[in-house]
Amino acid sequence: MPTFTLKINNKSHTVEADMDTPLLWVLRDQIDLVGTKYGCGIGQCGACNIHVNGNVMRSCLLQVSQAEGMDITTIEGLSENGDHPVQKAWKEVDVPQCGYCQAGQIMTASAFLNNNPSPSELEIRNAMNGNICRCAAYNSIEEAVKVASKKIS
Amino acid sequence: MKPSKRITFNRRSFLKTSALASGGMLIGFNLFNACKPDAKMPVDLSQLNYNDFNAFIKISPEGKVTIFSPNPEIGQGVKTSMPMLIAEELEVAWDDVYVEQGKLDTKNYTRQVAGGSQSIRQGWEPLRQTGATARQMLINAAAARWGVDASECTAKVGVITNSKGETLGYGDVVLEASVLEVPEDVTLKDPKDFTIIGKGKGNVDIDKIITGKPLFGIDYKEEGMLYATVLRPPAFGQILVSYDDSGARSLPGVIDVITIGKKVRDYQESGKWNWSMKMSNSDKVVVIAKTTWDAMKGKSAIRATWKTETPLESSGNHDSILLDLLNGNEFNTMRKDGNVKEAFTSADKVMERVYESPFLPHNTLEPMNFFANVTPDKVHLVGPVQTPQAAAEVVSDLLGRDIEDIHVEMTRMGGGFGRRLYGDFVYEAAEISNAIQKPIKIVSSREDDMTTGVYRPSTKYKIAASIKDGKLTGYHLKEACVNGNMYGSIPNFFPAGAIENYQVDTANYKSNITTGAWRAPFTNFLASAEQSFFDELAEELGLDRVQLHMDLLDKVKKNPDPKIDYSPERLQGVLKLAVEKSNWGKTEAGVYQGLSVYYCHNTHVAEVADITMENGVPNVKKVTCAIDCGIVINPLGAMNQAKGGVIDGIGHALYSDFGFSNGIPQSNNFNTYQLIRMGQTPKVDVHFIESNIDPTGLGEPTLPPVGAAVANAIYKATGKRLTKQPYISNMNVSEKVLG
Repeated sequence: MPTFTLKINNKSHTVEADMDTPLLWVLRDQIDLVGTKYGCGIGQCGACNIHVNGNVMRSCLLQVSQAEGMDITTIEGLSENGDHPVQKAWKEVDVPQCGYCQAGQIMTASAFLNNNPSPSELEIRNAMNGNICRCAAYNSIEEAVKVASKKIS
Repeated sequence: MKPSKRITFNRRSFLKTSALASGGMLIGFNLFNACKPDAKMPVDLSQLNYNDFNAFIKISPEGKVTIFSPNPEIGQGVKTSMPMLIAEELEVAWDDVYVEQGKLDTKNYTRQVAGGSQSIRQGWEPLRQTGATARQMLINAAAARWGVDASECTAKVGVITNSKGETLGYGDVVLEASVLEVPEDVTLKDPKDFTIIGKGKGNVDIDKIITGKPLFGIDYKEEGMLYATVLRPPAFGQILVSYDDSGARSLPGVIDVITIGKKVRDYQESGKWNWSMKMSNSDKVVVIAKTTWDAMKGKSAIRATWKTETPLESSGNHDSILLDLLNGNEFNTMRKDGNVKEAFTSADKVMERVYESPFLPHNTLEPMNFFANVTPDKVHLVGPVQTPQAAAEVVSDLLGRDIEDIHVEMTRMGGGFGRRLYGDFVYEAAEISNAIQKPIKIVSSREDDMTTGVYRPSTKYKIAASIKDGKLTGYHLKEACVNGNMYGSIPNFFPAGAIENYQVDTANYKSNITTGAWRAPFTNFLASAEQSFFDELAEELGLDRVQLHMDLLDKVKKNPDPKIDYSPERLQGVLKLAVEKSNWGKTEAGVYQGLSVYYCHNTHVAEVADITMENGVPNVKKVTCAIDCGIVINPLGAMNQAKGGVIDGIGHALYSDFGFSNGIPQSNNFNTYQLIRMGQTPKVDVHFIESNIDPTGLGEPTLPPVGAAVANAIYKATGKRLTKQPYISNMNVSEKVLG
């Protein structure tokens, strides 16, 4: 099996995996970074969202062989102490119900606000539309993105 | 503090305390036996092992407080709200409390369940008693040390104070307290003195959730654990004939390929039965691998041959079968008042409508998974299951092991919605680990999860009402459903008691498709049918929609009926509040409102939906939701449940569709099955009735009414009555919405 060197959360990891292995499963099963979640495996739900060179990406659709040389950030590496403005806003608003989708939601929101720190409500709703929350905590997610936006801008 | 209630421990409730070997005190309460109406004391109390208690408090000499939360957490918030009840009466600062998930005890407890919105309702008194008893013991210990009477001492925020103003911390007296006798009566706090209950407390797992720490079943790992995927029959009605695993075995990550199914078949054939087991009798092919991806790839490489054992069913057939049942004469009468037949014969007018709903998968975002490690010593099971006790009992029978050998730990669950009441994935995991005698974690793909589910059954209702001299004289509800039927007190819900001639009949068709509970079973669609019908009925009677409901509820007030467990006063209360807060009838041009009021799971709810029409497509802008659930334990969590229930209800009433063709599910992932997304969500404006009545649950009750609120608003906007869910596809605008 080929080996790949990945830069994840500013740390280098060498893993052995089939070329077509989704980065999601390498993160979860081989590097013990289980914050990135499996929801659908086909890029529909956003539970596996991570940052790749600062852009939000579905880790279920990114093969490990494509991830070499890229700067990868997972929920575990978003901040040192869980104090990224988006994480703080999530806590302040008490967003989660079951909590399973929230890492993906936070990764989407943080990349989005990085590019657009003061979005309109419609821009927030469009940006977050790719992330499914089965508990339907959408009102709280929307509010938390607004709260985070105020913290950032 | 003013005493509100003297509680005497009687045969239904008892506590036990013990000193910890490591120092400190542990106090336990046999919560779930206490909750059972027919609970009996064990024969010999001294024989109870302290560790059998599943709800308890641990206090260390440093004054640190750990509260073990007994019930599984599926996102309904009990891991926060149940410990709040204990902490309130214990008199400790919430910030000083550490919450841990309690494990299953298979011996003494009967309701370590997440289901039916019952955790808070049934835990309300016993959990507070637990906290109050511990508090009293700590006070008694301090009083003894001071040589004063306990009644001269008070406790607040973990500190005991005597009449001279001397103080002792809980940690200072915990060792003495742990060897004291358990007081036989304790005083519960007056609700006006509550400092934790009624104050918004954030999710106790929030820090782990927002930083991605291992928390869910799918995150669970042990040294040497292997991953397993299971290939099940592609169609309901098929069983495995043979398979070729050479492709799978040639993959480097695949360790073994085995079959399971015999244990389940033996169990079923032996005549054993457990309601949590909904499984086919087919053999299944299991791929054991080093990683989840290896196991998934291995499963894709299996070439299996299946044969049809029982007829392959299609949704088209279900539709005609259920309609035939509604039009037939084979019913089970669930409630009968007066004589509907006579009322209908003598009526000036009879209004009759049929309402239809599809099957629905649960689609918890965390797919089914479970860890099992079967060894000669014990069976260790870890993962997300709403019914850990049933799981332990079935595994004990399946593997022929003593129940004492089975140890179940519950993880936080990435959603439940009823799916994890059925432990098929636990039984499969146990059978696999038993076969290979290694620790394994079974992981379903989304496709496995959606196509081998335990679905909400497709259901149809026919509702007929008779009108004579402008008055409603009769109401006849008929239910035709795949597999199950409405149960419990549902036939006694509104409008039972409000109409002299009233009848509820049910019929069902036995299918080989597995079906079961789905968030607010039966009422999740019955409310849509009934509350749409009443909207049309009010129009037919020429009455204001709100007035019709108020009048009918007045009738129930005048004719008390012991079978009815809804409160007409409380339904009127939420209706009034929703009308007031929604500006009912006073909206701006282009905004259309629909109303719905419903009682289920012991909670009363009224909802008003505000919609606009955009290019012929309804857009739900706002839902006003008025709730009477008695005392609100945790306003933050309650708000989350209420809003989530409303939006979940809209999503499934409007967009989600699911059916079968020759036994094969017609969707298998989120590209073909639509779940509601943020762009489709309204703002939900929630209002709670202020109340001192004992609390009831919130996991389900806000979901059922919303479908009709939206359908009634769509009628106002379009003049079209919607009777078939999902409403959007039945408005012929699906391409615009889905696009």
